[in-house]
Amino acid sequence: MRQFEVTFIVDPVLSGDEVKSTAKTYQDIIVNEGGNLIHVDEIGLKPLAYSINKRSTGVYYCIEFAAESGSFIAKLELALKRDERIMRFLTVRLDKFGIKYNEDKRTGKIGKRVPKEPTVKKSHIDTIPYQAFVSDQTIQEVKETTTNA
Amino acid sequence: MATQDEIKFLSNPNIGKKAQKYCRFKKFGLRHIDYKDPDFLIQFINQQGKLLPRRLTGNSLKFQRRVSTAVKRARHLAILPYVSDLLK
Repeated sequence: MRQFEVTFIVDPVLSGDEVKSTAKTYQDIIVNEGGNLIHVDEIGLKPLAYSINKRSTGVYYCIEFAAESGSFIAKLELALKRDERIMRFLTVRLDKFGIKYNEDKRTGKIGKRVPKEPTVKKSHIDTIPYQAFVSDQTIQEVKETTTNA
Repeated sequence: MATQDEIKFLSNPNIGKKAQKYCRFKKFGLRHIDYKDPDFLIQFINQQGKLLPRRLTGNSLKFQRRVSTAVKRARHLAILPYVSDLLK
């Protein structure tokens, strides 16, 4: 069993359903040719580093699949090449570290580090001794009572 | 006898010493470089989007080759630019 990964950019001008159906056609090709899908990652709309076909954004998809042999990859790539809805594509074979990396990414071991919740600093008021909360008026009253007594 | 802590130098003896460079992939056990992660790959390219030499990054030859393929794949998929100004 060999594991592959095909990443492609779909034209963002298409409607949401059309983009999904485009990705679906390639999933179907893989399944029909005897590969089994492992994961379909919809990366989504991202800005491109340079414009392609006068588009500055693209919808990224990444399909990970396993197959007995890579013989149908040529067929898949030909279909991708002929498709006008696809702006770019890249197929790579994953080695064992790549497989591990993708698995860890899915389970959340690798990825964007979630920033810790900022620890609430003890406000200045908490550190002020109790006396400070006693208003001047009460102090005055206390003084009066003591002097009277 | 004066101990090591008590000896004082007139000038900082660490000035002029070069920090030892290391391969971060070997040191931290990173075995796979993802071409879809521009935030990571940006560490290995300069402002014009060119690959930095091993001499500067300290990568071992094995991982420098992998970094270069990952950057080239990212460029093909428009994740990183081929040429740019003021990338960082």
